[in-house]
Amino acid sequence: MTQTLSVESVGKRFGDLHALRDVSFDANAGEVIGVVGANGAGKTTLLSIIAGAQQPSSGCVRGPAMHNGRGIGWVPQQPAVYSKLSVAENLRLFAHLEGIAKPEPAVSRMLEQVGLQGRARELVEHLSGGNRQRVNVAVGLIADPPVLVLDEPSAALDPGQRERLWQFIGERAGDGTSVVFSTHMLHEAQLFANRVIVLDRGELLFDGPPLELIREAARGGGDGGGDRGVGPGGHGRDGADGGVGPGGHGRDGADLEHALVAFLEARGR
Amino acid sequence: MRWLLRKDALILARSRLLVALLIVYPVAIALLIGFAISRAPSRPRVAIVDETPPGQTVQVGSQRVDVHQYAHQLFSQVQSVDVHTRAEAIEKVKSAQVLAAIVIPPDIGSRLGSGVAQAHLELIYNGNALVQSLVQSQLRSALAQANLGFSEQIQQAAASAIDVLLRGGNLGVLGAPNLVGLSSIPGMLQRVIAHQPPGADRATLQKVAAFANFAAQNLQLSKNVLSTVGQPIQVRSVLLHGRRTPLDTFAVVVAVTISLMFVCVLLAAGGVALEREEHALTRLLRGLVSREALLAEKSSLAAACGFVVAFALLAGVSAFVALDWSRAGLWLAALAVGALAFGTLGVAIGALAREVRASSLLAFLLSLPLAFLALVPAGSVASGLYEATRVISFAFPFKASLQALDSAVNSASPGLGISVAHLAGLTLAFGVIARLGLRGAAD
Repeated sequence: MTQTLSVESVGKRFGDLHALRDVSFDANAGEVIGVVGANGAGKTTLLSIIAGAQQPSSGCVRGPAMHNGRGIGWVPQQPAVYSKLSVAENLRLFAHLEGIAKPEPAVSRMLEQVGLQGRARELVEHLSGGNRQRVNVAVGLIADPPVLVLDEPSAALDPGQRERLWQFIGERAGDGTSVVFSTHMLHEAQLFANRVIVLDRGELLFDGPPLELIREAARGGGDGGGDRGVGPGGHGRDGADGGVGPGGHGRDGADLEHALVAFLEARGR
Repeated sequence: MRWLLRKDALILARSRLLVALLIVYPVAIALLIGFAISRAPSRPRVAIVDETPPGQTVQVGSQRVDVHQYAHQLFSQVQSVDVHTRAEAIEKVKSAQVLAAIVIPPDIGSRLGSGVAQAHLELIYNGNALVQSLVQSQLRSALAQANLGFSEQIQQAAASAIDVLLRGGNLGVLGAPNLVGLSSIPGMLQRVIAHQPPGADRATLQKVAAFANFAAQNLQLSKNVLSTVGQPIQVRSVLLHGRRTPLDTFAVVVAVTISLMFVCVLLAAGGVALEREEHALTRLLRGLVSREALLAEKSSLAAACGFVVAFALLAGVSAFVALDWSRAGLWLAALAVGALAFGTLGVAIGALAREVRASSLLAFLLSLPLAFLALVPAGSVASGLYEATRVISFAFPFKASLQALDSAVNSASPGLGISVAHLAGLTLAFGVIARLGLRGAAD
């Protein structure tokens, strides 16, 4: 098991507002981590800091392959690609900017992986929302990073596109990429994540497997904060063991949703 | 930065409407300025009713002026339409076939010739205040020229008469005897006096000779007095500082600088704002590109586009206005430095405005007043207000760019070096502002 990411006591303040407070966790190769929480919980802020798009007010993010924002693939919620460029041109541009030694093979590989070979020359502005998101994901992965951070990647996708996206992400995780994603769709976290991180008002309240959160909620919410002790890499699970993929866990997504509500209510949230 | 430049050039090439605007706008400005400079203002159509008898002349001294011919010469500033009667003229004014009508009454010749009565013209016009102002302005000018013309003719006739009085000869009146010139009288009298014995007659003749001598000398001076009366005020121009800039080439410089400003500022501001709108700024600034490199790339691209457009405009306008192509190297230097300063102002606007529409609006709202303020002449507003316009103009690149280009094209002051140094300072200042605007760009 190789540790690829370490988030250490990260805090973020916007004036008087504490967007994040002392958040810590680790990620290992092949692990898929779902970050869940209500609007304003700090999910996007946390992922932006991990991706290097924002600087933390305190704490730091470390990783063996990380250097000045590189080494982490970043897929923001809104497709961050140029609509007046073609799919291939976008990939080629970011391949050059990422400093990839041989850009063309990387472009071809990503086109194949996201299934857009046939549309490589189309301008992004002519693509559907789902296909734009695929380009967005492909740009995030062009440098073949050991850690992939996705902010609500399936928000704009239809069910079929969502399924293909999660299949693709599962394949990457299977190849050893650590995946950290945020979502409002708790069934996705339950189905595809090995671990879930529950954020509320900038605080990390839970870090563990989805089933453990469900059990915690069933026990009545535990000791009201004891789960914060679930530390970085504390579960010792390999992402590949989690059976990432559509329906891989055979669980009902509603369980996690009810569990999260009960978990937060038990803590007076 | 090379790949970003290539990307932006590609996006620009695919934004056909924007490219068309970037080409059409300066060309339109160039044509407008060119035509405005090269064509004289159109002459208003004015009906002329000449009620003077055919062949009527006015005697001015020894000269005879044909009234009808003189009237047409007089109204050469208007497009004259001959009509026969006053009623016909009024009808043409009412039906807007002409802007105004002028009636030359039949007694104008006798009045002018009398030397004691003023001649009158009747002006009939219609229309709004603008039309009235235009017609009145043109006709006042024509009348002033006519008065001056008559004055000159009278002056010439008087001068001829004085010459005859001084040198002797015929005044041009049939049957009149040849006159003895006043200037020769003292000599003639001296010869007569020499044969006179001393006495009362001799003393009287000597007094007459002295008076004739005095009169001849002063009559000579009266010719100068006449020319002073004919044109009592003459303007003598003294340029205190600076070099003369021809109005037409200065207009070219203004047009080119305005185009340079719009292209550079809008393109640079839009370029930075577009990165935000495409959500790509965050992706770029997380280690792929430094903020300084991004700003330099945007301002350089905008400056390059503005430079090309402005130079093409300058070259295009040179078809209408004679420009000194031997100074083309200086034009290029002035345009390049000005373009970079405008580009940096644009990226500062784009970094602060954060989205394309807001940045475009801000660029327009800022650019137009800057151009107007920089063109406010000294003395046209209160001194405090003028000082305020100077301070504002100093803090933005328009006036410095205008002065740099004016210096490069027209050798105007201040020199190119001073303006270039000023622009370099402004480029640095706006670069810092842009960098500060992007400080929290990824947050």
